[in-house]
Amino acid sequence: MTHSHEDTPVEGGLVAEVARMSPEELAEHEAEVAEVVAVDRDIQVEVGETLLELRDVTLKFGGLTALDSVSFGIRRGEILGLIGPNGAGKTTCFNAMTGVYRPTSGQVLLEDAPLGKATRHQITQRGIARTFQNIRLFGEMTALENVVVGTDARHKTSVLGALLRLPRHHHEEKAAVDRAMALLEFVGIADRAADKAKNLPYGYQRRLEIARAMATEPKLLCLDEPAAGFNPAEKDDLMDLIRKIRDDGFTVLLIEHDMRLVMGVTDRIVVLEFGKKIADGLPAEIRENPAVIAAYLGVPDDDAA
Amino acid sequence: MTTQTVSAPARRRSIREQWNNLSRPVQWAFLLPVVVLIYFLPVLNPPLIATTGTDFPTAMFDVARYALVAIGLNVVVGQAGLLDLGYVGFFAVGAYVAALFTSPNSSLHHLPYLWTLPLAMVVTMIFGVILGTPTLRLRGDYLAIVTLGFGEIIRLVADNVGPLRGQSGFERVGTDANGTPFFANATQWYWLTITIIIVVLLLVGNLERSRVGRAWVSIREDEDVAEIMGVPVFKFKIWAFVIGAAIGGLSGALYAGKLGFVNNQSFDVITSMLFLAAVVLGGAGNKVGVLLGAVVVAYLPLRFVQLADYNYLIFGIALIILMIFRPQGLLGARQRLLARGRQAYQRLLGRGEQISGESALAADTQGGPR
Repeated sequence: MTHSHEDTPVEGGLVAEVARMSPEELAEHEAEVAEVVAVDRDIQVEVGETLLELRDVTLKFGGLTALDSVSFGIRRGEILGLIGPNGAGKTTCFNAMTGVYRPTSGQVLLEDAPLGKATRHQITQRGIARTFQNIRLFGEMTALENVVVGTDARHKTSVLGALLRLPRHHHEEKAAVDRAMALLEFVGIADRAADKAKNLPYGYQRRLEIARAMATEPKLLCLDEPAAGFNPAEKDDLMDLIRKIRDDGFTVLLIEHDMRLVMGVTDRIVVLEFGKKIADGLPAEIRENPAVIAAYLGVPDDDAA
Repeated sequence: MTTQTVSAPARRRSIREQWNNLSRPVQWAFLLPVVVLIYFLPVLNPPLIATTGTDFPTAMFDVARYALVAIGLNVVVGQAGLLDLGYVGFFAVGAYVAALFTSPNSSLHHLPYLWTLPLAMVVTMIFGVILGTPTLRLRGDYLAIVTLGFGEIIRLVADNVGPLRGQSGFERVGTDANGTPFFANATQWYWLTITIIIVVLLLVGNLERSRVGRAWVSIREDEDVAEIMGVPVFKFKIWAFVIGAAIGGLSGALYAGKLGFVNNQSFDVITSMLFLAAVVLGGAGNKVGVLLGAVVVAYLPLRFVQLADYNYLIFGIALIILMIFRPQGLLGARQRLLARGRQAYQRLLGRGEQISGESALAADTQGGPR
């Protein structure tokens, strides 16, 4: 079924055009896409300064201590891995950062300013975005619409402005769609932009979650087990994507179970066990760390005695 | 699987797809004659369609009034996903505003009837904020119960507060100082209402294809995720309530003006349920669907008068059957949430977006361009 239409200079649109590109053209196109995806930063920032800091964060649910005075920092421009055995408090830690839970004591600071009582959408607007371990997309929206919801976090059109289609609405809609399209290309799912999110294949849904989170122009992008359910080849692709995201100017916090992926992509790793931080260092150090090995593999009985 | 079962849904889908691929001017060219036909229905008085028991233009006005209510309720229930069982409360407020400022029974300052339409909207919007602020922190069933209570409160206030005149009500609503009614016949009321419906549809469409509509649908889909993606959920829920309320109030004021009489009898829970039935039956979240639902709910009892006594029985059974076989309503939820979506999809893919709710499997077997 083909519809010739005055709006379509190219059969099959941009996606088909990209598929026909030579390697040089493709590299150029990808650079353009990355340019659009990258966040405009008003000030040039020093890579390596602390972006987000957890200071003695404790979180209790009744008698259960899910996080026990956990402190670590995330530096601008790095990929930080957060690992630990099941139930170690990784996702709880995530939730404390993104405002889903408020710490019982301690503070989370973004660029030296405490998050305090900021609501969840305010935290997003201040620059922390996340994906979900169990995919939570807006199923009835198309992939493109899902991403545009993310860009709306930066929009200022009022209800009246939208009702009467005032200039700011037009301006923001155009910018949003352009950026959302570039994001879909960036994560590699542009060919299904027009499909409802619920109808996308699993791998596409995971990538769409990443694109939607990136659309909010976060300073810190938190990925909660993005490789869950992926086969090794897909995990390799994901590692490439995560590196590409970092190279585009984002800071990434990664929760992941898959050791190969974590060791392969992160710059630094923080290890949690039973709500406590037990190690913090380079991947190579973590690999050799006896406490980490004990946490993952257990301690032989005679050693423990 | 026989070929017949495959081809039937595929064919329907392609009609929809063809429609979506038409350019805007062409779509308008098709729509314009339909709109003209709708305007002239009460004048044409077509034999099979015309109602026998009631005067046909009056019946058509009733249908149009329900359609306007359904559009307003669809913003709240269909788009933002907030179940509101007390919508008739806003309708009542709108009707009473019109009555209080135009009826000689009221001691308030007399206003020209047309002024009471925007006034009714403003007042109902204020009521929307008053009801929404404390209740919109609730979700789902809890919200439904509280809104049900709101509808009853409005009715009971109308019953018991002296100046609202309870059952004796307000007479000659919508008349000017000399006592002449605003419009002489029902056809003119119908035309006014249809015109208002078209304007409201355009404005609601503008909202849908903006960050407001996207915020509403994201709240409907997953409120927590919407908030984490930076949507100020509470603010946009209030807006959905307020805009829905304004449209309900507008419809109430039109109803009061047309009927010329307002008392406490026409704002009961059953009416609220009928409004909601129009939305659910037609397909919550689909503007064409809820219009269709309103036509079914308002027109059929007037056309088949002999069945009117079994009204609720038939609607009840119809709703149950519908919920079993087609839970999304006659036309399923469907929205366009991007002001520039059409161009974007064309530029990216060279085709329109996937509109229908069919699964990926159905889309694949059908062999669309991939």
